[in-house]
Amino acid sequence: MIAVLLLAPPAPPAAPAAVDFWSMLFVFVLATFIGLGVIRRVSRLLYTPLMSLTNAISAIAVVGSLVVAGADYPVTIRVLGAVALFASMTNIVSGFLITDRMLKMFKKQ
Amino acid sequence: MTRHLTEPAAVLATALFIFALHWMNDPKTARRGVVAGVVGMLVAVVATWVQPEIVHHGWIVAAIAAGFVVGVPLSLVPLTAVPQRTALSHAFGGLAAGLVGTAEYFLGLAEHPEALTTFRMSAIVAEVILGFLTFTGSLMAAAKLQEVKWIPQRPVTYPGQNVVNIGILAAAVALGALVVTRAATPWAAHAFLVIVALALLFGVLLIIPIGGADMPTVISILNSYAGLSAVAMGFVLNSKLLVTAGALDGSSGLILSIIMCRAMNRSFTNVLFGAFGTVQKAAAREDKVWKQETVEGAAQLLEQARFVVIIPGYGMAVAQAQHKVRELYDQLVKRGITVKFAIHPVAGRMPGHMNVLLAEADIPYTALAELDEINPEMPQCDVALVVGANDVVNPAARYARGSPIYGMPIIDADKAKTVLAIKRSKNPGFAGIDNELYVQDNTWMLFGDAKTVLGELVKQLAGGTGLH
Repeated sequence: MIAVLLLAPPAPPAAPAAVDFWSMLFVFVLATFIGLGVIRRVSRLLYTPLMSLTNAISAIAVVGSLVVAGADYPVTIRVLGAVALFASMTNIVSGFLITDRMLKMFKKQ
Repeated sequence: MTRHLTEPAAVLATALFIFALHWMNDPKTARRGVVAGVVGMLVAVVATWVQPEIVHHGWIVAAIAAGFVVGVPLSLVPLTAVPQRTALSHAFGGLAAGLVGTAEYFLGLAEHPEALTTFRMSAIVAEVILGFLTFTGSLMAAAKLQEVKWIPQRPVTYPGQNVVNIGILAAAVALGALVVTRAATPWAAHAFLVIVALALLFGVLLIIPIGGADMPTVISILNSYAGLSAVAMGFVLNSKLLVTAGALDGSSGLILSIIMCRAMNRSFTNVLFGAFGTVQKAAAREDKVWKQETVEGAAQLLEQARFVVIIPGYGMAVAQAQHKVRELYDQLVKRGITVKFAIHPVAGRMPGHMNVLLAEADIPYTALAELDEINPEMPQCDVALVVGANDVVNPAARYARGSPIYGMPIIDADKAKTVLAIKRSKNPGFAGIDNELYVQDNTWMLFGDAKTVLGELVKQLAGGTGLH
């Protein structure tokens, strides 16, 4: 695994990379279809924990705020990033914890 | 070297997130989903954190620590408060997206104006509008659910409300288009801040006219917006992981919104712009009177039944009566009576609210039945016990054309041989509509706090077995 990672071609530079609109749109459309397919099969008993779980998952936005808060940007920018990071982190922590807390309660007998 | 980590980490995290949601298809595998989600999140966060451009680790540690300090208590709220916690988490999601969008814009403006391409600017504007309107909208929803004093619970409407709301959104979008096409001019930055302000305002105004009965739908729609703002953020940051996770969240919110709307026979636009629950006067009808039953009589009715269906509603949540419901369930099951719970999709204040409350009270999920499963069985039901539910059992939904709940699928409580209804007061329900189920010939009312009434019922039933 590590060897494969090392051999991979160098990634493009980090600073504002040109966004490939069509490939992003492609990912968005496919992900939406996967989402619709997977969510449709979710047990109707579990809609409340589903909502807290998807909420925690979409807090993956944390990877964006990590960069904004942690890179060598002007302080005002980093403050915005840090607040965003805090907000996402709150969602991750409370989202996963409360989902598990609720799921523990669903017992068959 | 660490650069090569982000892409494989993103692929792994995406796969784990999809599995997490897949495992939610059964309560038996669902907890595995949480583990998958946590692992996916850790992988993605670590792979990002080790990137060389991240140098201010102190800031990150502080923000993450603050996230834990607020997040842990938020995960320990009583389950009756889960709707407002959920709304609050949508607010945080929207806030994060809005702030990152704002940061990316000003960063681009200061350091790489050439990188603010039309496409990237459109994504930033979409992210900021969606993010900030989700932020204030969800805060308002959370405040209404928490019954914060200075936020009106009842829908607030005024003439021309929809025109004002749509006008504000249109202004934000139009300004957005200007900023996109003239990204680097000096006034663009001011216009950008005006867009932020308009989006914040729109979020508040969007939720003001919405009442409690519509909360399940509104929370689902806000869920969808929060997901979409994460998608827009993914477009801005060129992150396929973010786009995927946001799309999963967005489609989940969309499906739940559709289910909630169907369960109320209403459309999205009708929920958002219809101002449900404003003063709805029922058509004048001959005044029938309630028949009140004593706890002793109700206990006797239940004891003699073979098949009891309990229909919980928001009133059960308000009274925190789920544990008393469980004691009643035990008493009845002990006597060999079949007991089922009929769960309407919009019972409570968010999707699945009743299921979670009953699960908390240790009621096996196999005893919970959905609307379409239970309705064919209702004619065989000896006693239908309504606990704090109102609109979801109102027969007017079947035929009263003028009624705001007309066409809404209901639980056929009225078809049971006997109906017992526990109700806090003699006022109509949230939608402000009279419920003729309560004045039916075979209906007996038990007025009082659900928890107290159920407690007395349990005591009566327990005492009864003691004597025999």
